[in-house]
Parts: sequence; C-alpha cells; structure tokens
Amino acid sequence: MAFEFKRNNILIIGIIAVSAIIAVRLFSLQILDKEYKITASNNAFRYETRYPARGLILDRDGNILVGNETSYDIMVTPYEVRDFDTLDLCGIFSLDPLTVRETFKEYRKNRKRIGYQSLPFVKQISFREYALFIEKSYKFEGFSAVSRTIRSYPCNAGANLLGYITEVDTAFLRRNPEYKRGDYVGRTGLEQSYEGLLRGRKGYNIYLRDVHNKVKSGFADGKYDMDAIPGKNLISSIDAPLQKYGEDLMKNKAGSLVAIEPSTGEILTLVSSPGIDVEKLASINKYFAELVKDPLKPMFNRAVMSPYPPGSVFKLVNALIALQEGVIDTTSRYPCSMGYHIGRGVACHAHPSPVNFTQSIMMSCNAFYCYAFRNIMDNKKYPGIASAFNKWREYVTSMGFGEKLGSDFPSEQGGTLPDVSTYDRIHGKNRWSSLSIISLAIGQGEIGVTPLHLANFAATIANRGFYYTPHIIKGVQDTLINADFSQKHYTKIDQEHFNKIIHGMYLAVNAPPGSGATATRAAVSGLDICGKTGTAQNPHGKDHSVFICFAPKDNPKIAVAAYIQNGGFGATWAAPIASLLVEKYLKGEISRKDLQEYVFNGNTIVNVPR
Amino acid sequence: MNTLQLYRKLDWPLITCYLILVISGWLSVFSSVYDPELSTGIMDFSQRSGMQFIWIVSSLIIAALIIFVINPKVYNVAAWIFYGISIILLLSVLVLGVEVNGSRSWLVAGPLRIQPAEFSKITTSLALASLLGGYNFRLKNLTGYWKTAAVILIPMMLIVMEKETGSALVYLSFTFMLYREGLSGWVIILGLIAILLFVITLTNSPFISITILFSIMVIARGIFTRNLIRHILFLILYLPLIIFSPRLGNLSISKTISHWPLFIWPLIAVLPPFVYHIISTFREKKLYMWNILLSSLAYLILIFSVNIVFDKVLQEHQKARIENLLGITEDLQGAGYNVHQSKIAIGSGGFAGKGFLQGTQTKFNFVPEQSTDFIFCTVGEEYGFMGSLFILLIYTYMLIRIISLAEKQKDTFARVYGYCVASVIFLHFFINIGMTIGLVPVIGIPLPFISYGGSSLWSFTILLFIFIRLDLERWR
Repeated sequence: MAFEFKRNNILIIGIIAVSAIIAVRLFSLQILDKEYKITASNNAFRYETRYPARGLILDRDGNILVGNETSYDIMVTPYEVRDFDTLDLCGIFSLDPLTVRETFKEYRKNRKRIGYQSLPFVKQISFREYALFIEKSYKFEGFSAVSRTIRSYPCNAGANLLGYITEVDTAFLRRNPEYKRGDYVGRTGLEQSYEGLLRGRKGYNIYLRDVHNKVKSGFADGKYDMDAIPGKNLISSIDAPLQKYGEDLMKNKAGSLVAIEPSTGEILTLVSSPGIDVEKLASINKYFAELVKDPLKPMFNRAVMSPYPPGSVFKLVNALIALQEGVIDTTSRYPCSMGYHIGRGVACHAHPSPVNFTQSIMMSCNAFYCYAFRNIMDNKKYPGIASAFNKWREYVTSMGFGEKLGSDFPSEQGGTLPDVSTYDRIHGKNRWSSLSIISLAIGQGEIGVTPLHLANFAATIANRGFYYTPHIIKGVQDTLINADFSQKHYTKIDQEHFNKIIHGMYLAVNAPPGSGATATRAAVSGLDICGKTGTAQNPHGKDHSVFICFAPKDNPKIAVAAYIQNGGFGATWAAPIASLLVEKYLKGEISRKDLQEYVFNGNTIVNVPR
Repeated sequence: MNTLQLYRKLDWPLITCYLILVISGWLSVFSSVYDPELSTGIMDFSQRSGMQFIWIVSSLIIAALIIFVINPKVYNVAAWIFYGISIILLLSVLVLGVEVNGSRSWLVAGPLRIQPAEFSKITTSLALASLLGGYNFRLKNLTGYWKTAAVILIPMMLIVMEKETGSALVYLSFTFMLYREGLSGWVIILGLIAILLFVITLTNSPFISITILFSIMVIARGIFTRNLIRHILFLILYLPLIIFSPRLGNLSISKTISHWPLFIWPLIAVLPPFVYHIISTFREKKLYMWNILLSSLAYLILIFSVNIVFDKVLQEHQKARIENLLGITEDLQGAGYNVHQSKIAIGSGGFAGKGFLQGTQTKFNFVPEQSTDFIFCTVGEEYGFMGSLFILLIYTYMLIRIISLAEKQKDTFARVYGYCVASVIFLHFFINIGMTIGLVPVIGIPLPFISYGGSSLWSFTILLFIFIRLDLERWR
C-alpha cells in the first residue's frame, strides 16, 4: 500500500484540512457573500470623511478650558468645477481674484494627481460668509461647504499650557501617514502631549455616484457608514479661576507663577508671562509671525523651560544638606558683618549679628550659608572636595533639581546643575576649592532651575521630604492615567530637618515687623504661610525677584513659586504675588485690596532688557 | 561528491516558494502604504516599501551566508549556546526593553531595534532538535517529557511576561513536531476538545458543555471497549432526556405527583444513568478508564472556570477579541473594528481582485496595522480569490514539502528541526490568515515572509534556510 496512516501523513492531512477550511472561508467571503461587496465597484462610491469632535480639556472642577465650536471650510473638487463668476466668489469670501486664478492654474497643472479629490479652498469662514455661500452655491459647481469643529476657549486662562492645533503640513504627513491632508494636529502644550487621546477617530459616509460623477444618494441607507468616534475629554488639574487670577497678577511682569497641590503633585496654576492670549490661539496662523517676532518670547513657556538662578531660595537646600550631614545644627551661630569676607567674599544686607539657624532663614543671611556651605564641602568625612561635592549634588538631585521632573509638559527642561567636571573645566583639575564655588551657597553661579523646580521644591518642603511628580492632567474622562504620578519621590533628607527649616520659613513671613524677617509682606492672618524670599543677581540687568512658599503650615494645601524677572528684591514683587495667589486659593477672596491694587498696577516688564 | 555538485542538490522548490512569498509581500507592503497624493515610488526609503526592500536584500544576504558560508555542523554543536543567548536576550528585554504598542518586547541599541522573541523561535527549534536528536534520548519516559517541556516553556513564559501573548502561542505549535516524534495523538485531541468546550461554554451554557462532555465520554468508552454501537444507542435514548430535563419540573404530570422543588426533577431523570455509567466505568479496572475519568474531571473544572478565566485572567482587549469572534458582542467600532474592516477589504476583492495599487480600503487607512499583521487584506483586496488561493497553495505546498524533506533526513537532528520549522510557519500562517477572515481571534503575529518588518523577515529567513542547508547534508 502506497499510502499509510503514518504520523507524517496525518500531519500533512491536517495541513491540507486547515488550508481547505481557509479556502472555503475565502470563497464564501469573496465570492458568495454580498455583504462585503460594498466597495467592489469602488468608482461608484464616494467616501466622505466624518470628522470626530476633538476631546475637551476641563479644569479640576469640570469647567471647560478648551471646547469646540462649529466652523465651515469651503472645499473644492477641481474635476467638477465648471465656469463660474470668479469675482462673485471672491466677493463672498473677500479673496483676491488674482490669487484665486493662480490657485486654479495650480490645480490644472496637478490635475492628474488631484483626480476626483476635494481640496480645502477657504478655511474657517465666518457664519455670515457661510450663509452667503449657501444661498449662491448653485452658481458654483464643484464647491461645497464642510462643517468642522474649531477650538474655543471659554475661560480666558492658560493659553501657554493648553497649546494650539494647526493643520498638518506635508513634512508632518510624511512622518505620520495615519494623518490626511486637512487634518488638524496639536502642536504645543496639552494639545500636543495628549494628541492621541484628544484626536478621536474619523468615520466616513458612503455615497453612490452616477456615471457623471454626481453624488446621488447615501449607499444602503448608511448601513456601511462608519461613525466618527469623538476624542476623549481630558481633565486637567488646573484651577481655572486661580489660573485666571494668576495671569492677572502677572500682567505686565515677565516671569512665572506656579502653584502645586503638595498632597498630589497636581499643578493648580502655571503662568508664564508674557504669554499668548487665548483669543489668538484659535486662529494661531494669523498671529504666528507676530508672536515669534516678539522679543519677550510669549511662545516660550518660561515656567518649565527657562533655567534661572534660584538666589536665596536655594539657601533652604543648603540648610537641609548641612543639617543632614551634621555639619551644623539648630544651635549653630555665625557672625555676619555685612557679608562673608574670605576669598572673593559675598556681601550681605544689614541685619543683627551673629545669627542662629532659624534667624539665618528668617533674615536670609548670606554669611551663615557661606559658613554652612564650606562646612559641607570641607567635611573631613570625605577624602576631597570632589567627593564632598558629589555627595552634595546627590542631595540636590534628590530634591528634583538638575533634571527633568518628568511632568507631562513636552517642552519641560531640566535646568542646569554643575558637576565636578564643570569646575575641572573652569578652574583646572584639582585646582578648585569650596571658596571657588561659594556662590552656590546662596544659589548663584553655575546653577539654573526652572520655576517648576522651585514650586516642586516648595511642595517637597510642605510634604516634609517627598514630592509627587508635578503634572497637569488628572485623567481622561473617567480613568486616571499614568501611575507614575502617584508615586512618592523621597529626598535623601530626613523628615525632622524639614521641620527645622519650616520654622524659619514661618518666621520669615510671620515674625513681627522690625525683627528683620524678609517676607512679612506676604503674611495673611490665619493662613500660616511659610516662605522664603530670594533676590537673584543676573547678567541681564536688575535682580530677579523670587519667592517660594506653602500654606497652611500644618497640612499644606498649596505650594507656590513666583519668579519675577528683573523685579528687584524678593519681597518687592514675588512675595506679594505668591501670597495673593495663596490667599485667593485658600480663602476665595482677597482681604488685602491695596496690596492687590499695587500688584495689578505694577509694571516690571519695562526693566526687562530686550 | 564535491561542493559544486552538492549545491546542485539545493531544494529549489522551497527557495522558489520563499521568493514568491517575499516578493508578493513587498508589493503588498507598497500597496498598503501607497498614497496616490504623496507616493514617490516603491523604492522610497522613507516609506515602508523602501525599508522592506532593504530587509529583503539583507535577508537574501543572510540566506546566502547560511547556505554557502556557515558550517552546518555548528547548529547541532552550538544549539544550547544559541538557546542560552536567546534566553538572556529575552530576560534583558524585560529589564531594558522599550515598550511598543503596550508590549515590552523591543531591544534598542542605537539605530538597531530587534525583537528577541522573533529569534528565540529559531534557537528553541535548534535546542529541541539537539535534545531529541541526542543519543539515549527517549520521549517515552518522564525525564524526556520534562526536559522537552522545559525547553519550550522557558522562552514561552518569558514572552508572556513581555505581554506578547501572540508570539508565546507560537510555541504551542511544537506539539505537532512532538506528535511526529512519538507524543500521543490524544494530547492534540484533548487540546481540541478543551477549545471546543471553552467556546461552547462561552457561546451557549455550561449545561450544554457538560452534555457534550458526557457524550464524548460515552463514545470514548465505546471505542475502548470495542462496543461503540451499543454506546451510541444508549446516547440516542438518553440525550433527549438530559436536554429536556430542565423543563421536567414544569410538566403537569410531575406537578400532580408531588410538589417537590423544580430542580429535583432533572436530577431524578439524569442522575441514575449518569452514576451507573461512572460506576461501570470504574468496574472495568483498566488504565483507559482512569484516563477518561481524570480528563473528564479536568474538563468539568475547565467548564466551571471558563467564566473566571475569561473575566479575571484574560486582558480586556483579548476578552473583547474573543467575544467579537464568537459573535457574543458585535462591536464594529471597537474590538471588532479591525476584523470587520479586514473582512470588507478581503470580501471586496471578489474573484479576481481590484488589481495592484487599486485597493480602496487600503487607501483610506481603514484597516489598521495594514502592512504588518493585516497584510493579507491587501492580498485579498487587490488579487481577489484567485490571488488569495495562490498564496494559500504556496504555503500549503511549502509546508508539505518541508515535512516530506524532513522525513527523508537520516539525521534525527535535521528531521526534528524540519518539523519545528513546519510547525512554526504553520501556526503563523493559520492564525494570521485566520484572524483576517474572522476564523480565529485577533492575535498579533506576522504572516511569514509577507508581513512588513525586519525582525520577522530575518527570523523566518534564518529559520527556513538553516533547514535548506541541513537538507543538503544528506547528499554527502
């Protein structure tokens, strides 16, 4: 017998059986079944895209930050265009007849490529123009109006956070083949970070064409049409009224204002000033050139991108490290005679001397931190300056500085934090000492931090030693996203040390006037604000005014960093602005009307070099 | 026989099949990314078609290296080294891998991106061949089974941990090879019964599943006792009683007899023969009865745990895909979207297809993953039933050819390896085409030689050409 039921033959029979099943299935799909024939004679069908509504962006209480509005685009199918009155058409949309003729010349040149396709002709026409066009549309064969949604911004706040959408260009199309000409895509801010969720999915309607290419009717009563799936709504952590108030406070000032909820890491407010006005966002193309040319760079999100010298605020970092390393304690006292006079020296302002630990924070004494910093760097525990410096750097990065925090801003930058090689390059290997880098003691020199870093640091202090990665999106519709954001990041500093600096920060704001405290201007009775001022020298003119704070002292609800470029002393602008924001958030209204007036009327932008 | 003469014996039918599949794959990839507005031709290297050309050329170079340069003895000698390396790579993916589409399976080094799961199929095949081809190895004893199972399951588990469930399933295909090497055919039959019961429990009810299980049990007993006809007669009489038993309580006659609770009646009707059957099976005191009883017990557990497995173990998207396939839910917008669109694309191809680049479903981006997992849609749409059948025949012929070549090997290593190659290609082919036409749930594995992608094309090329090279050795 030639054929036997040997196992190899059984396997072969199995393979043939499976292939036969597939073949039968293919036969029924491709030959018998009529259901899947809808595109068999595809020339008879015309697909019309249904655009999904883009997802909304809401604030933490469900207020709409970014919504949708209907707008109309005029589409043209050059193949179907017959002779028409160019001037009449131009009259409706106020176009230049010459450019229209040019466009049509272009269409004729590319007619092979265009074929039966429809192209966008005029975009985002007004409702009046739409009504006029519909009335006369019988005169313009081949033109049609397609409705689509554009973005609207009911709360006038947060333009720089939200970002804008633009129509895709050819370069983008080549990289992202899943987009089609005429689609819109988020280009900055949240619109960009969450493009995939906001976008939704396009659907289509199928229409029958007759032999003359006229659309006759919907095919099979729309049975095979595909609905568009709307994009998902984003719930942001922004508090819209607070954001708006923050933007009002920052009017006519250059810099940033960032507020974080310490217990979650959610960003309540993030202002970069000067910023973009929301009214310009919807039709960004019109204003794009103007915005890019502006020397104050409104498109640049300073809050997450700009590395600034932190100034005296950074003393808190050094205080924590010195306590943790045991090179000072709360009983340490150092003299200050208008500064620290060893080496290059560091100047200080007039205040009582000597100061103890708490006073050093309250009065922001430079000399104290020069001593403390040198104690850290010249600690005998370490074989040399390089390893002491590395240890110091380890502490600083554990507080989030020098690296991107990993927030959901696509443009977030990490600031700058020098390392051993930086100083080896500047001074030569082993040719530098604690004195050469003494500027770091008071937050000057080679260090740059973003306002987001500072706000995060304030939140870390408020939490007594840990932070959640600051983020601006809480969830998408009903699901929470990104588990990383609920992870606690601990610093390498023990909790008890935080309570020691918080005591100083509390006094800096709440000590009686005349005691030398730097930020009494920020005090609000009953709110227990703890804060630290900073006055950052910089090569661009007048000092920057810096303030970080959180409140209340126990069980903090908000942590704020204010950075006012060329604003002068920390207490001049940053402290009032931050404290007003805190008051607004915690109390809902402002008791210090005159201070509010002072900030609203203040203008520091004139000091900013251009 | 000198070297030149040896190379005359190269198996050209297999190589021809390979070339046909690779080239039709390239054309289909071009079709699936083709955009009449933007296209710059098939050789545009910024497009997938251009990239696929690079993959094809490099695959041919690899194939040539395998045929002409690499000494075939190395595969048997170094099989375990290769296997070890692939296990290390799979482990390192878990640590260092980059997440693409929700599964962590890519290893990235500079411009190079590889998917170790693709290559571990080859090394596992080599290791299995080396294991089964070793002297003293017998699949009959327990140690042999354990070793074989370990070789297959270790990479499989690692791949499951990468959340590449589809690629992990491929390792089950080695069962076919094991069947040829002496594994009892019952394993495959038992597996098929398990799938059947799973599907029936999901689509219908556990009750019907148990009824079917009982029938299978009775028939199996009939076969073993060589008394099939009597058992079938018993079933014909008994089955209607089982089927109607849930309604017995509602009959007026039962109500006149007594007012027992409703569920008592079915039990009275069904239990006695059932118990009798089990007891009489016990009485036979043969090995097969233990097999029947134990496997029935296992199936009963399966039936009652189906819902738990389905709800707790499977991931949301896997659940949705199975429900969609079985018609439990119809969700053409969500889980069913791919398959629905894919069926439209294939179905619209008709008898002769729409012609090269003429597919419309592809041009509108209706089918996601068009050039990778759903590449068969392009074939179906543009070349129709004829084209699909042609590709189907090529695969079938290729698989049969590999099996019959494997049978001719004098060396167990080469034979086992050949069967591994056939098994792996078969499973990919069946699942991939099956999912595009709605026969199996959507499982993301590529179509061998046709789907877009370097890792996949390279690994299938290596897999096949090692066998072609090994086959030459039998002429020496």
